[in-house]
Parts: sequence; structure tokens; C-alpha cells
Amino acid sequence: MTDIVLEATDLVHHLGQGAGRVQALKGVSLSLKGGELVLLMGPSGSGKTTLLSILGCLMTPDAGTVQVGGKPVAGLDPEALAQLRRERIGFIFQSYHLFPTLNAQDNVRLALDVRGERARTAKTAAREVLATVGLGHKGKSYPRELSGGEQQRVAIARAIVGKTQVILADEPTGALDTANGQAVMTLLAEIAKDPSRAVLVVTHDPRILPFADRIIHIEDGRIISDESGSGTMKKVSQA
Amino acid sequence: MSLQFRLASRNLFHDRLRFIATIIGIIFSMVLVTVQMGLYVGFRRMVTTMIDNAPAELWIMPVGTKCFEDPSLLDERQRFRALAVPGVAEATPLVIGYAQWRLPQGTTTPVFVVGSELRGLGLHPWNVVEGRLDDLSVPGAVAIDQTYFERLGITGVEQAAELRDRKIQVMAVTKGIRSFTTTPYVFTDVERARSFTGIAPNKASYLLVKLSPGADLGTVQQAMRDNLANVEVLTAAEFAGRSRSFWLFGTGAGAALFAGALLGLIVGTVIVAQTLYSSTKDHINEFATLRAIGSSSRYIYTVIIWQAVLSAVVGFAGAAGIGKVVAAATAESALPVIMTPPLTVALFALTLTMCIGSAIAAIVKVMRIDPAMVFSR
Repeated sequence: MTDIVLEATDLVHHLGQGAGRVQALKGVSLSLKGGELVLLMGPSGSGKTTLLSILGCLMTPDAGTVQVGGKPVAGLDPEALAQLRRERIGFIFQSYHLFPTLNAQDNVRLALDVRGERARTAKTAAREVLATVGLGHKGKSYPRELSGGEQQRVAIARAIVGKTQVILADEPTGALDTANGQAVMTLLAEIAKDPSRAVLVVTHDPRILPFADRIIHIEDGRIISDESGSGTMKKVSQA
Repeated sequence: MSLQFRLASRNLFHDRLRFIATIIGIIFSMVLVTVQMGLYVGFRRMVTTMIDNAPAELWIMPVGTKCFEDPSLLDERQRFRALAVPGVAEATPLVIGYAQWRLPQGTTTPVFVVGSELRGLGLHPWNVVEGRLDDLSVPGAVAIDQTYFERLGITGVEQAAELRDRKIQVMAVTKGIRSFTTTPYVFTDVERARSFTGIAPNKASYLLVKLSPGADLGTVQQAMRDNLANVEVLTAAEFAGRSRSFWLFGTGAGAALFAGALLGLIVGTVIVAQTLYSSTKDHINEFATLRAIGSSSRYIYTVIIWQAVLSAVVGFAGAAGIGKVVAAATAESALPVIMTPPLTVALFALTLTMCIGSAIAAIVKVMRIDPAMVFSR
């Protein structure tokens, strides 16, 4: 294990307004080290998504601090936050959020295009990463032509193509069958072998527990446990 | 091809029905603008056609003359004062006025008589396609345009008619000298013009002035203003500008044309704005994803603006095509729609501006995107 790539301290956040205002996070602190695959688990309404949004610099906490790669994000304007995301954070969503009008290669290339990478370099990188996730032959396929598992692998390729330090995955296996879910988690475990990268996976899926280096349980806006995982499957994939 | 352009084009063409509806909207609005502006250009040309085709460098006219067709008269003795001004080579009278043309069956129709000296400086008919200009020296000779044959009951040269109860004979026929008022022009000698219009022999509508070689236009113009009383002395360009100003803005005709064009622009703007807004709304998840993966606002605005530009290019191509057809169809009419290259360029710029301006609503919508929504959808 190496340096801390993401650190959150005493995060407090409220959602809603007036009578409907609730405290979604009540002083959450956590850190992710490079080479870790961490699962964030908890029941619906426990604050997982709010925490993920804040860790991904998509939302600003009411109180507390976040540092990505040692850089504090407090006080950054929306454009600076966007820059931080495109340079340091990769996202994987339950419903993939691929662009239906772009083929797989262009969907991956998009993560580099928003950085202003040259088209030729970006295309080459996108092809290579698609090959890494086992979809080298599907670069010209559109999302509608891909299975759910393949679409999620394209989304993973998009998240990692920019060599971001932090990968935040929201229920990445939620819409997949067991086989595809295992394949996706194997990929994420592979990514998390890189000591400069950390992967945080929000999940309800107990089938993926064997992949975790750490498992964090959150309930009612508080972390109630933060324990080591077996990482059995990760080790298997390492072996 | 840039990904922004690809995203824009795919977003736009993804819903073909909506895209077609948008393009039809842009085409109709821009055809309206094109026709109105084409009419404006045509009108601008038509109202100064006589001034533009007269070889005069300076025009002497009664004070307050608003346009070429103004019926005010000046004393022809001013001609000699004009000729006395240094730098003046020629000064000849021009007589204009309305007269009644009697058709063979006895009915009458109004015509606009233009009379000038047939030799030397004068407003002579141009584009003569039948007969000869010299034949206008024959007593009672006139020239008319072939456009008005039917109206005047004429089928060619050497045919007779009556003008203010005087026998006349068509000795020359022109092509393309049309009046925006639809009243046919009849060219003739200055003395005959006076008799056809009832203007006294010592009166004229204008004095056309030609300068001696090397004479300075401004100096001669000022000298004339100093030496000639109760007249105005304008350069051809100044008189053309005054005529245009009168007909286009003094009469409200220009305002009506501009109002029509403005209406077209408003309709076009609303249609494009509505389309871009609903397209943006339909693709809001994608824009939120773009924002989440770190695209700058500018990147997203560029996608939307590309959509606007694409709409403008496709819509303008259609509108320009229809505009060309309309221009060709009206080329021989009293008020043609004229599409000049500068007008075409200006209309394209206007279409672009309209479409890009229409993107504002969509951009405002995108500005309000919460990127965190990607986790809840």
C-alpha cells in the first residue's frame, strides 16, 4: 500500500430544504490509499450516494474537507472542480451513462477529449484501453449493440483511460448478472493493483465482497465500521 | 472530426422528425427574411434606376425635391447660370411628368414621361432592342419598354398611339426599363415631353450637369450652390441616396420590408431556440455525464453551438435555394427580388447569428445542470 490518494475529514452535508431538510452526512471521515479496492456498503438512504458525490467533487459539503491527490478542493469554483475531476477522478455508474450516439471507442475517447488531448493520441489510447477491458473488437459498436456487461466495461475503460488516481464506482454490478458482475469486478480489482490508484465501489451486492481490500459500512450518515476485507478474489486475480 | 462536432451532429440528427421540423422552420423564416431583404435590394435599385443611368455628375433641382419622380419644376434660365460656373461642360434640361396614353380601343392608361435632349448629355433610354435612339428625333417619336407592350396596346416599333391627344409613334423599344410604380416609362425629346405633360416651355424638372475634364466635383457643386438661387445641387450619389431615403423610409415601404424580415427572424429564433432547448433537455443526462467526467462549461457550450451552426447551415442552404428560385421568378417583374452575393453572405451571417443566439436558452439550461444527478439516474 502506498500514499493516500483521497482523503475526507469530518464531512457534514444536508439535503433538502425547510421541513424536508435532512442531515445526510454526520461527520464522515475516510481515506483511500493507492492500490486499494474499497467497498462502501449501507442501506438505502444511509448517505452512500451523497458521500460518493462529495468524494467525486460533484457536490460541495456543508462542512469538512476533501483532498484529492493531496490537493484540497475547498474553495474551488465549478470549473476548477471540473478540471480536478477530469485529471484525477474516474466515474463508473450503475446505468453506465454511455453516449448512445457515439461508438465504444468514442465513448472512451471522450474522457481524453474533454482534457483537450489530440484526437490521434486519444484514439490510440481509447483503442488500447478497450483492448485491456477485453473489448478491442468492439470499438466501432454502439452502446445499443453491446450487452450490459460490455457497456459497463466500456464505462470502466472511459474511467481509466485518463490514468486517474481515483475511480469511484456506483453500483457497477447492480444491473449485471453474476458472470458479468464478476467480470467487471475482476477488472476493477486489476485496476486497483496499481499502487497509484484507488477504487471505491458503492454496492449492495454481497457477491463482490471477496474483491475488497476494505469494507466500509455507512448507516444514517455515519461510518459504523471500516474493516479489512479478505481481498481473496483480488489476490486470486493477482496470482 | 472533433468529438464535440460529432456529438452535436448526432444529437441533432438523432431525432430526425424534430430536425426536419426545425430545418423547415428555419427555411421558412429565412425565406421570409430573404424575400423581404431581396425586395429591399430590388426596391433600392429600382427607385434610383433613372438616376443611376443618367450620365450627369450633378443634378440641379427645385429646393425640397424628394425623389426623381417629384413633380416640382425649376426655371430653365438656371441652365445659363449653371453653364457660367467654371468647370461646367454641359447643363441640359430634363423634363418628367405623368401623361395619359390612349390605347387603340380608346381607353387610357397613365404613363411617366421622361424627356431629355437627344443629342449630348441626356437621360436616354438604354438597352434598346428594337429601333434606334436616333429615330427619336422624328416628330412624335417615343421609346417604351417591351414589358409594357400589352398595357400600352403596342406590339413593336413604328406603331402609333396617342399621348395627351397628340399622335405619337413608338420608334424604339427597350428591355428591362421597368418602373417600381408599375407606371410605364415613355422616353422622348424634351420639347415633346413638355407638350405631353403640360409643362411650360421655360420650365424643367432637372438640369443635368456634366463637368469639364479635370474639374473638381465638390468645387463645382459649391460654386453652383453659391451662384444659383432657389435650387439644390446634388451629386448623382447624393440624389440617389435622397430618393432611396424618401421611397424606403419616407413612405414606410422600407419599414414594412424590415418589419417582415424582423418577423421572419423572430419566428426563426423561436423555432431554433425551442429545438435546441428540447434537444438539450432530451440529452440532459449526457450533458450531466460530460460535466461529471470533467468537461469544462465551454466544451459543452461548444457542442450546443455546433448544433446551432449545423442547423443554420442546413436551414440557410434550403432558404438560399428557394430565394434563388424566387429571385429568378421575379426577375422580370416590376419589383424583383434581388439576391446579390453580399446580401447572400449577410443573410448567412444573420442565420448563423439567429441560430447561435437561439442557443442561449439551451446554454442556460446546461449551466444549471447538477453533475451529481448522474448518480440518481
